[in-house]
Amino acid sequence: MAEPVLATRGICKSFGAVTACKDVSIDLQAGEIHALIGPNGAGKSTLIRQIAGGLRPDAGRVILQGRDVTALGTAARARRGLARTFQVSTLAMEDTVLQNAVLGAMRACGNPYRVFGRALAAGEVRDRAEAALARVGLQGVAARWASELSHGQRRQLEVAVALALAPRVFVMDEPMAGLGGAGSRALTGFLDGLREEAPILLVEHDMDAVFALADRVSVLVYGSVIATGTVDEVRRDPQVRRAYLGEEA
Amino acid sequence: MSMLLLAEQILNGLQLGVMLFLMAAGLTLVFGVMGLINLAHGSLYMVGAFVAAAVAGATGSFVLALAAALAASAAAGALVEVLVIRRLYGRDHLDQVLATFALILIFSEGTRWAFGSFPLYLDIPGWLAGPVTLPGGIRYPLYRLALIGVGLLVALGLYLLISHTRLGVRIRAGESDREMIAALGVDISRLYTMVFALGAGLAGLAGALVGAIQSVQVGMGEPVLILAFVVIVIGGIGSVRGALAGALLVGLTDTLGGLFLPWVFGHYLGPSAAAGAGSALASMLIYVLMAGVLIWRPRGLFGGAA
Amino acid sequence: MSREGAVNAAIVALLLVVPVGAWLADEPFIVTLATRAVILALAGVGLNIALGLGGMISLGHAAFFGIGGYAMGILASHAQSYEPLFNWPMTIGGTQSMPLIWLVAMSVSGLAALMVGALSLRTTGAYFIMITLAFGQMFYYFAVSWPAYGGDDGLSIYVRNGFPGLNTLVPVQFLAICLMLLMLGLGFAAMLARSPFGLALDAARQAPERVETVGMRPYRLRLMAFVISGVITGLAGALYADLNRFVSPVMFSWQTSGEIMVFVILGGAGRLFGPVAGAMLFILLEHVLGGVSEFWHVYLGLLLLIVVLFARGGIIGLLAGRQVAHG
Repeated sequence: MAEPVLATRGICKSFGAVTACKDVSIDLQAGEIHALIGPNGAGKSTLIRQIAGGLRPDAGRVILQGRDVTALGTAARARRGLARTFQVSTLAMEDTVLQNAVLGAMRACGNPYRVFGRALAAGEVRDRAEAALARVGLQGVAARWASELSHGQRRQLEVAVALALAPRVFVMDEPMAGLGGAGSRALTGFLDGLREEAPILLVEHDMDAVFALADRVSVLVYGSVIATGTVDEVRRDPQVRRAYLGEEA
Repeated sequence: MSMLLLAEQILNGLQLGVMLFLMAAGLTLVFGVMGLINLAHGSLYMVGAFVAAAVAGATGSFVLALAAALAASAAAGALVEVLVIRRLYGRDHLDQVLATFALILIFSEGTRWAFGSFPLYLDIPGWLAGPVTLPGGIRYPLYRLALIGVGLLVALGLYLLISHTRLGVRIRAGESDREMIAALGVDISRLYTMVFALGAGLAGLAGALVGAIQSVQVGMGEPVLILAFVVIVIGGIGSVRGALAGALLVGLTDTLGGLFLPWVFGHYLGPSAAAGAGSALASMLIYVLMAGVLIWRPRGLFGGAA
Repeated sequence: MSREGAVNAAIVALLLVVPVGAWLADEPFIVTLATRAVILALAGVGLNIALGLGGMISLGHAAFFGIGGYAMGILASHAQSYEPLFNWPMTIGGTQSMPLIWLVAMSVSGLAALMVGALSLRTTGAYFIMITLAFGQMFYYFAVSWPAYGGDDGLSIYVRNGFPGLNTLVPVQFLAICLMLLMLGLGFAAMLARSPFGLALDAARQAPERVETVGMRPYRLRLMAFVISGVITGLAGALYADLNRFVSPVMFSWQTSGEIMVFVILGGAGRLFGPVAGAMLFILLEHVLGGVSEFWHVYLGLLLLIVVLFARGGIIGLLAGRQVAHG
């Protein structure tokens, strides 16, 4: 197998007596969507935070494109091509939709700490931001305040900001959360086409989306990965059936 | 440098420390329970000192003056809480800063209007005046020794209040989960008023006690308030234990720094230059201590991880 | 023109018309009042970059205001007495040239802001407020207890410092200098707000995690903003000292920090002209209420309380309404 784009090796994390991650090793190959599922409280969000950089693991390593990034912060990992979306929309609500997208594009082209020139000036950054908005279908509301968007549009903007980064890998934390059936199907179709551009590590509760999208699925229960495989393999896995259905294997 | 001088300065440091604790305890409780940053806490310190000076002047009784200071500042605290402070709990820190800054202006100028611009003096009562001789031959003012005693007693009382009474249980619950104790039927707004009045009373008591060794004047509260902030930053916001540790640390650092730095500088620069440079640097010492704590433990010695 | 643009234009017009009118009517006192307002406005423009754009509630900006003031006082007093500042490694004397003084004031206050900011920004929220307040007080006590430059009594300068080609002793000419610097400061603040840095800083105030996940560090953004903010407030401090030909530890006091913050908020935090409107109102209140009662701070306190509790958004918010989306 080729070297994974993103991998964790033996990640452990506990908070006091509570173990949130126990020796978690997963990987994400080029061109795939790898879904991470598990019951509430299984440690998915904690794992995502350790992968994205907001939380330091007690033990283990995070490897991004062959480099150990465990010691790096969130911003440094983003600069190395990791784009993350949040479970709860995390946007600059007092800014416009376009400004949010430009924020995503700034780092990839030019110096975002520049104090002269206009952030929204025509050019590479703006083109890239507008292209990202167009791809998720938000070009019509670019001039609106982010706070004016509907819940579904905010989810789309989250994805657009990640796209504007031109990342090497996406880490998406429940992108379908709170979307209705139609919105969820539309986003599923969109993510389906995205995997060729950059692989996606997808945390999702919407099982229709997971079964439709995932090349591989990992099941996290009580902080441990109990199974990894294709959708069918995981569905047949006796441990998974026991964890979810309480069946005797 | 003599050992006697050192011992005396250590006692001075303790005295400053326990008085700072009285200020910091109220601030940190109010922050821990209500999430409020209160710049007007120094005004309540001032209210305590003025009321004590006025009552002592009228009645000649120091004990009555202290009781009046405690009651008046607690009442002023409760009044301010009901009129203004309770509208600020849900607000962001900026609104809290501005509104309590406005309260400082109102309190300070109101006091100036009522008492005039000249400082008042509160005399140490006869039965606490004069020095005592401690073991080891240290002669130390009895009143300052009494301050240390009162401060430590209040610290003990506060500890018992928080760990052993129903009010204490509610205060601790209020720090961890506001909605839950409201759901359990505790009258949260009364609890908040009581906590605020308790903090105000402690500040007023400190003002009255210190008023007898300094002049009582408008603006006396804010330098103490800022020192109390340093104490809280060092100890960790919301922690009464941290406030005690931080207060003693700040008190000792300030007095011992004022003693040692000019002395150390004297060896290198000669006496007069040393006095200047040494005292200027000594005045910065507690802030350097604060900076050190910030580098080492940004949330204070007893602060939580969150 | 948007409504906010119209309000801003009216403010600039007022800033020009009042002093010119006062000058023509031979009212030097009003010119001096206007100069005070202009200088305070510049200090507020500095604070507004940290407070309005960056969301940093700094109660320590008097430190930079005071450093600017002492930079003026120390340089000018050495020039006055012909004693060099220091002799080693080379002899550096004082100066009475405003541009040089400004440069020193801005550099030193920037350096101080870098140190204070680097430490304070390790924390957020209430800690940040308390720490900036405490560091401000540190500078105050240092100034009080450092005897070489007047200690508690401060430093007096006999003659206002010079600016090439102008007679700074004529009030209206000094006002012109201050007004020019205020306009430069406002221009810089406007450029900053629209720049990539400004966008990122503003976003870091609203959603710091978002800014991190697009590859920028909120700490670095805030520290840069804090330093820029300190530099501008420091420049205002140098002008303020020059206006009074006097500098004392009062410039370092916590009241100074509080007052700068108060008028920025009264004017409208985060609005480009908020500090200007606020400073004008502050001077007006000080003059009008100060004439009514010696205890005018009571009324200022009540007004502030009402604004905080019931009328948010300041004068500019009241006059111009919500900001308009710019796409």
